[in-house]
Amino acid sequence: MALPTKISPLQLFIAFSEMALSGFGGVLPFAYRALVERRRWLSAEEFPKLLALSQVMPGPTICNLSVMFGYRSAGLTGAAAALGGMIAVPIAIVLALGIGYQHFGELPPVRRALAGMSAVAAGLIVATAVKMARTVPRRIFPISLLMLAFVGVGLMRFPLIAVIVLVAPIGVLVAWRERW
Amino acid sequence: MVNSPSADAPVWSIVGPLFAHFAVLSLMAIGGGVVMVAPDMQRFVVDAQHWITAEQFSAAYAIAQAAPGPNLLFVTLVGWQVAGWAGAAAATVAILAPPTALTIAMVRVSTNRAPGPLARAVGKGLAPISVGLVFATGWILFNGGSADWRAAGLALLAAFVVLRTKVNPVWMIAAGAAAGVVGLV
Repeated sequence: MALPTKISPLQLFIAFSEMALSGFGGVLPFAYRALVERRRWLSAEEFPKLLALSQVMPGPTICNLSVMFGYRSAGLTGAAAALGGMIAVPIAIVLALGIGYQHFGELPPVRRALAGMSAVAAGLIVATAVKMARTVPRRIFPISLLMLAFVGVGLMRFPLIAVIVLVAPIGVLVAWRERW
Repeated sequence: MVNSPSADAPVWSIVGPLFAHFAVLSLMAIGGGVVMVAPDMQRFVVDAQHWITAEQFSAAYAIAQAAPGPNLLFVTLVGWQVAGWAGAAAATVAILAPPTALTIAMVRVSTNRAPGPLARAVGKGLAPISVGLVFATGWILFNGGSADWRAAGLALLAAFVVLRTKVNPVWMIAAGAAAGVVGLV
């Protein structure tokens, strides 16, 4: 990846903090805006490549992207700076809200507010799932995998590892042989 | 902790298994982010270990959604509810460290390459499973809250609005809080 100039860890920390703090309900669009449009650290062609790599790696996509970009810009210090920028301030905010919940969570208005927020949060996740599902091929095999994962983990409450060990190899094998 | 049943157990006896379980789950979160392993986190901390309630788990998720930053930080709050500061640190490090180590290893090996055929097969084969798991997350978060018809209606309405409009999700969360306060849920 052709980086224009060497980016310092401090610049990385500041840039990734900004992205994280703009990102209510998803940081990814802000990562694109900051890295490609505003700072021009990446081209519009490089960003999807970096994103694709971050997505095939296990773990949180946006953090993998931060680590990868930080490492390429300034080595291990850069990776730590980018990841730190992505999570440090948001963690402080989330914990502050958590402490508020500990103190006031039992108050009836707070309880009701959280019930409403929880219902909306569940709805948002379903919307995300629907968006993701649009990319799944309308074939019997991928749809069966989707249903197996939902029923096994969501309805039957089987441990995820059991479901992954049983279902994932079949999915990868069939995808490898391009059967859908 | 709000009604934490784990308050009197020694902290390491909770933090150890919490760390180990979340670290394993971090490596299973492929293609759907940390959200896709949330059902198994909930199964572990609520159903299997009885450290927190389903309502607390859903609240942790909802609170993290109302804050800026990566949405994986609900994991920090779950850890904090389970075992205070040590739990928050353990849960956060467990979910971040294994993928970060793998990512750095991968970048060192290949500096500028698109995913190879095997990586693509893994991505493609796991994609439908990830989607199923994200649906499962929606389902368990919903069950964990107040699973009556009004909450169901609010959840479905939120999903519909987000799919049909460009409204920022944080406003939806705020609207959900308001709906709750005035007693619609």
